[in-house]
Parts: sequence; structure tokens; C-alpha cells
Amino acid sequence: MSEPYVEEYTVAGRDFSAIGEASIQFKATMKMLGIPSDITRRASIVAYESEMNLVLHAGGGTIRLIVYTDKLEVWAIDRGPGIADIELAMQEGYSTATDEIRELGFGAGMGLPNIKRHSDDMHLDSEVGKGTVLSATIFFKKE
Amino acid sequence: MKLREVVEHIKGDILYGEELLDSTEIEYAYGADLMSDVLAFARPGSLLLTGLTNVQIIRTAQMLDIPAVVFVRGKRPQEAAIKLASQLGMPVILSHSSMFETCGILYREGVLPCNIPAREV
Repeated sequence: MSEPYVEEYTVAGRDFSAIGEASIQFKATMKMLGIPSDITRRASIVAYESEMNLVLHAGGGTIRLIVYTDKLEVWAIDRGPGIADIELAMQEGYSTATDEIRELGFGAGMGLPNIKRHSDDMHLDSEVGKGTVLSATIFFKKE
Repeated sequence: MKLREVVEHIKGDILYGEELLDSTEIEYAYGADLMSDVLAFARPGSLLLTGLTNVQIIRTAQMLDIPAVVFVRGKRPQEAAIKLASQLGMPVILSHSSMFETCGILYREGVLPCNIPAREV
């Protein structure tokens, strides 16, 4: 089996105008690698929502795309405030976004549910005061 | 219908993409003022109607392979948004009507809605 392809970006916190720049690079990479368009689209949404969370809530972090032969993974890692209640954060419409963020059109409380919806497998580990690690997997072919 | 017909029905201004209007086919549309709502419910390839005018709405559209964006309520998008859309070959239309009216006109003319999946309450 060949080595997985890994691409990673550091995302700055609160730089709202830059939201999406890393995800766009990922999308271009997936297109270049010949990944099917529906998989690319789902992975782009997962990456974009994760990138938004890093910028809006975590004070920045790292976003990573790993492409294997049979699947891909999107990782978002931060040392932000952490998520106190993951179950609550997973509910549609629940958001801790400020008015400033909402005025830009973010903070609908759909981010984590969207990530879950568009991935085949999602893991979220978070500790208050330490940070959050999110990983989402999308398989190229469903069993 | 062709994007040119969309523009004619809503009496929209073309801010970018005049030469793309005849080659862009619109079957579905989605209207929202929240990025994540668009990401959650807009069908890939559908026309996006929005009142958000910043550059991120174009990136959001790009993620979903949205072919064109209509800005409603006469709210002109930021220059950076038009510039990014032009780099992507994504036509940008300005409607001077409300979200409700713009969507209503297109619905009347046969543009289809994006399906919202039923979810647990």
C-alpha cells in the first residue's frame, strides 16, 4: 500500500476574511488527485465547517487532509477553549457564536451537525481549557 | 431554465458573467442568509440566493459547486466577492426585490426547491 497523501495548514484565529482559504486548497488538491466530485464536495464541506470552527471559536489551529487509497480524513486540531457539552454542541441550531460572528452569516449552529452529516465517521474529543481534536472520515466506496 | 431567463424574470442586474448566462442551466435554487444553512441544505449545482454580501458566501458557493449567486434586496456584494466570483467563472446577479419576492418569482417560473430532509424534532 502506498503512503497516504498529507496536506496541512495553520489557520489563524479570528481572521474572518480568510475563512475557507485552506478548504479551497484541499478542494483543488482532491480534484487534482482525481477523487470523485461527490466525495470531494462532502470533504470540502467538512473541511470548510471545521475551518470555520477553528477561526470563529478556537482562536486558530491546524487543519489536515489525509488521503488514503480507500478513504480520506479531515482533521481539525486546536488548543482553544474546548467544548463543555459535546452533545449540546452537536444539536442543530445550538451556537455560542457572538453577534459579530452572526452578522457575517456564520453561527447558525449547523457546523458540527453538518460535519457529521457529510462524513461516514466522526470523532470529537474536547477538554475545556485544553482544546479540541476533530476527525472525520469519508470512504470512497460504501460497503 | 437558462440563467439568462432567471435574470430576465427577476429583472436582475448582471454584476459579472454576462457571457456565461446562456451556458448556465438552473434547475434548483436555495435561499439563505446563513452560511451553514447553505452548506446543510443547498443541493449541489443549485442557484444560490442570499443577502450576505461578503467574500465567504462565494467560497461557500464554491464548496458546493454552486453555478451562480443572486444577491437580493438590492444589497451589492463586496468588491472582493465579485472579484473572487469572476476568478471562479461564477456569474453574480443583483436582484432589487426581497428574498421572498425573488424566490417567489423563480418558484412560479418553475425553478425547483432543494429538499430539506426530515429530522428528529
